[in-house]
Amino acid sequence: MKKNHGLLYTLPTGLWVTVFFLVPVIIVFLYSFLDRGERGGIVWRFSLEAYRDMASPTFLHILVITMLISLAATVLTLLVALPCAYYMARSKRKSLYLFLIIIPFLTNFLIRIYAWQAILGNSGFLNNLLIRAGLIKNHIQFLYNEWAVIIVLVYSYLPYAILPLYSTIEKFDFSLLEAARDLGTSHPGSILRVMVPNIRAGIVSAVLFTFIPTFGAYAVPKLVGGGKNSFMLGNIIADEILVNRNWPFASATSILITLVTTAALGLYVLANKSAARAAQRKKT
Amino acid sequence: MNGSDVKIEGIDKHFGDFHALRNVNIHIQGGEFFSLLGPSGCGKTTLLRILAGFESPAAGLVRINGRNILPLPPNKRHTNMIFQNYALFPHLTVFENVAFPLRLKKLGRREIDAKVEEYLALTKLAGQEYKKPAQLSGGQKQRVAIARALVNGPEVLLLDEPLSALDAKLRQHMLIELDTIHDKTGITFIYVTHDQQEALSVSDHIAVMNEGRIVQVGNPTEIYESPADVFVANFIGEANLFHGTIASVEGEMVSVEVKNMGILKVTMEPGDLEGMRDFQPGKQASITVRPEKINIALEKPPDLLQDVFNAFPCVVDEVIYNGFQSKFFVKLSGTGGNGNSAIKAFKQHMSYYSAGPEINWKDRVWVWWKADDAYLVEVHDA
Ligand SMILES: Nc1ncnc2c1ncn2[C@@H]1O[C@H](COP(=O)(O)OP(=O)(O)OP(=O)(O)O)[C@@H](O)[C@H]1O
Ligand SMILES: [Mg+2]
Repeated sequence: MKKNHGLLYTLPTGLWVTVFFLVPVIIVFLYSFLDRGERGGIVWRFSLEAYRDMASPTFLHILVITMLISLAATVLTLLVALPCAYYMARSKRKSLYLFLIIIPFLTNFLIRIYAWQAILGNSGFLNNLLIRAGLIKNHIQFLYNEWAVIIVLVYSYLPYAILPLYSTIEKFDFSLLEAARDLGTSHPGSILRVMVPNIRAGIVSAVLFTFIPTFGAYAVPKLVGGGKNSFMLGNIIADEILVNRNWPFASATSILITLVTTAALGLYVLANKSAARAAQRKKT
Repeated sequence: MNGSDVKIEGIDKHFGDFHALRNVNIHIQGGEFFSLLGPSGCGKTTLLRILAGFESPAAGLVRINGRNILPLPPNKRHTNMIFQNYALFPHLTVFENVAFPLRLKKLGRREIDAKVEEYLALTKLAGQEYKKPAQLSGGQKQRVAIARALVNGPEVLLLDEPLSALDAKLRQHMLIELDTIHDKTGITFIYVTHDQQEALSVSDHIAVMNEGRIVQVGNPTEIYESPADVFVANFIGEANLFHGTIASVEGEMVSVEVKNMGILKVTMEPGDLEGMRDFQPGKQASITVRPEKINIALEKPPDLLQDVFNAFPCVVDEVIYNGFQSKFFVKLSGTGGNGNSAIKAFKQHMSYYSAGPEINWKDRVWVWWKADDAYLVEVHDA
């Protein structure tokens, strides 16, 4: 007699996902529909107060800022990552470059952000260098604005974008570019028309790997941001929990982040499906 | 028709210290099927890539219809290339692959549809329009590559070993199709191959290359029957080579003294003799005889013909039966079978019953050939 052990094999993964992923999301989801407690926590009474609070101009401003910052960071990351990955994939010293990309992971994330404070600070490395070179007289305020946040976000998520791009570009057949050139495209044209469609999977992964974490960023805007144009949704969540003690609002905000990032994933899946369907239709 | 004249003048190419092409000069007539033939690594692909614009030479010119094309980037040249691995775009259908160059030209939809269908029909691909390259067989991929390269109406089509990935039967078939397409379009074909059979069967002219140099340019018969040197003789088809010293020259008959064999007689064409005035007794000479021109039998050939024939008693070392022919590897009686003393003789099976008794391993046989079936390939000082 044969037994189907399939369920048994997936049980550990299933348990893991349920306990550490599904349950917390469900708790947060529930909290967002409850009343806030006096000194934090929640009161078990249904309420849409948290979602209604989102309509405030301050919150909407932060939502827009968060969206703009994470989009800008994603686009910039992609623009830097693509040539890097291209160069790495065509280089003879691939493993050296891969190792260099991995090095940052060996150091703590927070430490690396503090390092950026040391670089961009008013008496930091960059200002000192510029002053000593005679290019500027007084220091430039690099830190504590949206640009500092974008730069450090790009820095932080660059490796996550380079790695998936590298792995698809490495498998790309470069003779296709020559074929495209031979058939009449310019060099940039061949990259756009032939390389980009064939490394799409890598580009999409890079975008998702950058957009999803930057949209929920907390530490970077906290440490190198400042002012109303670099305060992001992640910071709201922390403030609402720690300062305002409004747990339902914090929960609602984090549900919003989850929804937006899931929507990004969903768009990707949909685009894939409709492309496949279009191809199917053409065949018949 | 619309084939263009290609002149390659003094091309030199280095890769670092490596000298890949050395002073290559070739003149290809418009509309020719021209083959570049040579062993692996001799620089065929490099030369083709220079024509296509993917490599630039250290020196030299390439003229198409008199105009130097070297300053032009690949997309501005009226050449199209068929790559060894086809290089079809995997994300596009067969139709879109062939339409690719037309879309770049921003032609109208109707025109594109009509042209693509025309070339898909020419390459017998009708009905495959909406397949992706991954869904095609090797032969079909090959056809898409041909259609895509031709649809733009190039002046010169460059083909880099286009058939090497196909099996022997399909290769034969595609070669004939290529030849048909060449006849229909009238485009100049420059065809790279290391397969001498392919080159001999379809080319108008062949350039034989070795170590970055052009060794000989000629039509297939010239290349096969009058090889320029020992390398060409060995590389094209199979050859028996004998090295010896010229003993005498009487009119058109050159006698060469070969160790272990004695005197070999070679009849020269009058023209060849003029070209090689420096034949004199005492010089070193290399003679080649094609195996199919050597007769083999159990009996001695009639003495009468001794003057015209070179005949030697041998022992059969090995017999290889190939269906349409048998290959006999024999060695001179009383020798070890080294150097000059090993001879190949191929016998075609022209009728169901073999003429004369069967020849087997270890049989004592005679081999002979006519003096004018031998060819003096090289003569040099001792
Ligand atoms: N980009 C390159 N860098 C260095 N050496 C190269 C390069 N391209 C080709 N070569 C060398 O030049 C020589 C000629 O190469 P090429 O590809 O032209 O040979 P081929 O005649 O096409 O051989 P095959 O029949 O194997 O395709 C080879 O020795 C090769 O190693
Ligand atoms: Mg080659």
